[in-house]
Amino acid sequence: MDLVEYQGKQLFGRNDVPVPPPGAVCRTVEEVAAAAQELGPVTVVKAQVKTGGRGKAGGVKVAPTPEEAVAAAEDIFGLDIKGHTVNVIYVEPASDIAEEYYLSIMHDRVAKGYLVIASKEGGVDIEEVNRTNPDAVVKQTLLPSETVDGLPTETARDILARAAFPDEVLDQAADLLVALFGAMVAEDATLVEINPLIRSADDRVLALDSKVTLDDNAAFRHDGYEEWEVEGLEVADPLERQAKEQGIQYVKLDGEVGVLGNGAGLVMATLDVVAQAGGSAADFLDIGGGASADVMAESLSLVLSDPRVTSVFINVFGGITRGEQVAAGILEACDRLGDFPQKLVVRLDGTNAEQGRALLTEADHPSVVPAATMSEAAQRAVELARSA
Amino acid sequence: MSIFIDENTRVVVQGIGSQGTFHAKRNLDYGTKVVAGTHPKKGGTTWEELDLPVYTTVAEAVEQEGANTSLVMVPAPFTKGAILEAHEAGISTIVAITEGVPVHDMTEVYDTVVRRGGTRLLGPNCPGLISPGKANVGIIPADIPTPGRVGLVSRSGTLTYQIMHELAQAGIGISTCVGIGGDPVIGTQFLDVIQAFADDPDTDAIAFVGEIGGSEEQKAGEWIRDNIPDTPVVGYIAGYEAPAGKQMGHAGAIVKEGGPGGESAAEKKEILEGMGIAVAMNPSEAAQLMIERLEA
Repeated sequence: MDLVEYQGKQLFGRNDVPVPPPGAVCRTVEEVAAAAQELGPVTVVKAQVKTGGRGKAGGVKVAPTPEEAVAAAEDIFGLDIKGHTVNVIYVEPASDIAEEYYLSIMHDRVAKGYLVIASKEGGVDIEEVNRTNPDAVVKQTLLPSETVDGLPTETARDILARAAFPDEVLDQAADLLVALFGAMVAEDATLVEINPLIRSADDRVLALDSKVTLDDNAAFRHDGYEEWEVEGLEVADPLERQAKEQGIQYVKLDGEVGVLGNGAGLVMATLDVVAQAGGSAADFLDIGGGASADVMAESLSLVLSDPRVTSVFINVFGGITRGEQVAAGILEACDRLGDFPQKLVVRLDGTNAEQGRALLTEADHPSVVPAATMSEAAQRAVELARSA
Repeated sequence: MSIFIDENTRVVVQGIGSQGTFHAKRNLDYGTKVVAGTHPKKGGTTWEELDLPVYTTVAEAVEQEGANTSLVMVPAPFTKGAILEAHEAGISTIVAITEGVPVHDMTEVYDTVVRRGGTRLLGPNCPGLISPGKANVGIIPADIPTPGRVGLVSRSGTLTYQIMHELAQAGIGISTCVGIGGDPVIGTQFLDVIQAFADDPDTDAIAFVGEIGGSEEQKAGEWIRDNIPDTPVVGYIAGYEAPAGKQMGHAGAIVKEGGPGGESAAEKKEILEGMGIAVAMNPSEAAQLMIERLEA
């Protein structure tokens, strides 16, 4: 789960990472006007969306007066930033910036540890700095055995010194990095990024921005991340949100063939064969282990509620769940869902697949089209999608 | 022979709830030497469904029953503790089926158990492994594969069953099928399994099923190119159609936007083919390629 800037700052603040004084979270121009009056005269008006590049897209504006804050808010609300519509704006008192740095820690999949990245060149795209001036970017991997009691201050200081952070702020910045590492572990984040990390005119080091990604698998020890579920900040497609509530693994895609199957790998492979048959999948849906009529009916109804879906490909490999059970589950789900115009191409393989296919043939359900192989099923589903 | 598990494998099951019992019983019925279960509060009782002893700790199961392999079926919040316990008890192969383990937990577990501890850990979020005719540890349906000389390693579950099934129908058997799991941090990597297959005198060919995300397939590919260029190796990478930035079911199956590159299926295929490894566009083609290689 990604947090927006103001949420990331809240998370930083409660873990002793210095942040600017709190601003105001606004949903209307009127709220922005009131906030600018209170926090101004000079404020920064910032779009709260879960994507980068807000500044370039015109989503962040410095407002020298409350009037200009209102004008900025009028421009920013409703702005589309890489497909994310701005519903929420954060108004913050402007900070007096002397220098801008970059600091981040992310989970390092390759090294199976933590990757710290620090640069004296902040406030700009760090990938760009890495390309044009790689010497300005210091990267260090840390293993859990080196951080048993957190990130040692000496290690933090060493990383920042190598990144040429000025001596005057080195101790402060090192304390901040130690706190940032603590925040990452305590909050189960997989990414914490500060860009820019600023040195203010009065020599304080503060996180002026935040980017935080939390590990969905760790939601169980953070009350399901409910505190971060805020209206207006959702990014998922409505169908993806519904699927999440029902505990179904679903990803909305752009095509016309609805896809569901058992197992993430098999469903990914199904998308591949649909494309190879000349079609395009409308979704990725993993029904998981087993194939009860309940799960099948819920999943099918989700797939069919996408108006672009003109045919459906159900791809199930019978393992411990046997073919005839899967077939029975599909037929029962069809009966429960009643009439729907799309045809369901069903491909069953694996344990007792023949019995399952026989059951489907025998039932002769008007919506069900049995297919023998994955590629044959993909062909049929694509043809049916086209002729629908 | 086979790799990682065989007739000498003695399994203790951590997590003897309904799922653990269901799968452990299937493993036992297959002929696997499942020897005990553990439960923090049921030590000293009998595991009725399997007619086996229950111990409070893994250490007791090691001492009393000679357990050398552990099957971890506990819920995600307890998986880190269960794996660490098995490691401390001296278990040599830990198979963690559990899905949804936090990445920080696994980062710590990997460091302690695998990197510094030298214990073999499969998973988490994996289907386990089977050496047909010898042992089955985990949730792989045992009636799909027949014994044979192809080693299969995969990040996926059902997709692996699909390929095993197609090979079986063509009369091709399996030495060992290893599911390494779909999470970002897993104990045993592609390369570890492929090296073990290379050392196994009874494995003649290797099939692998990768996915989008990470770069472990490429690492394995380099080693294959440099060390076993004459061994028939075929692969398939699931997710040619997966959009960037979207997690496709498995926690590790994601092409990071603005990430390091080389994480998409098309890029992996191209890189691996550049190393002389045949990579199929779909699972049936992978099985077909393997059949052709073995006939050639």
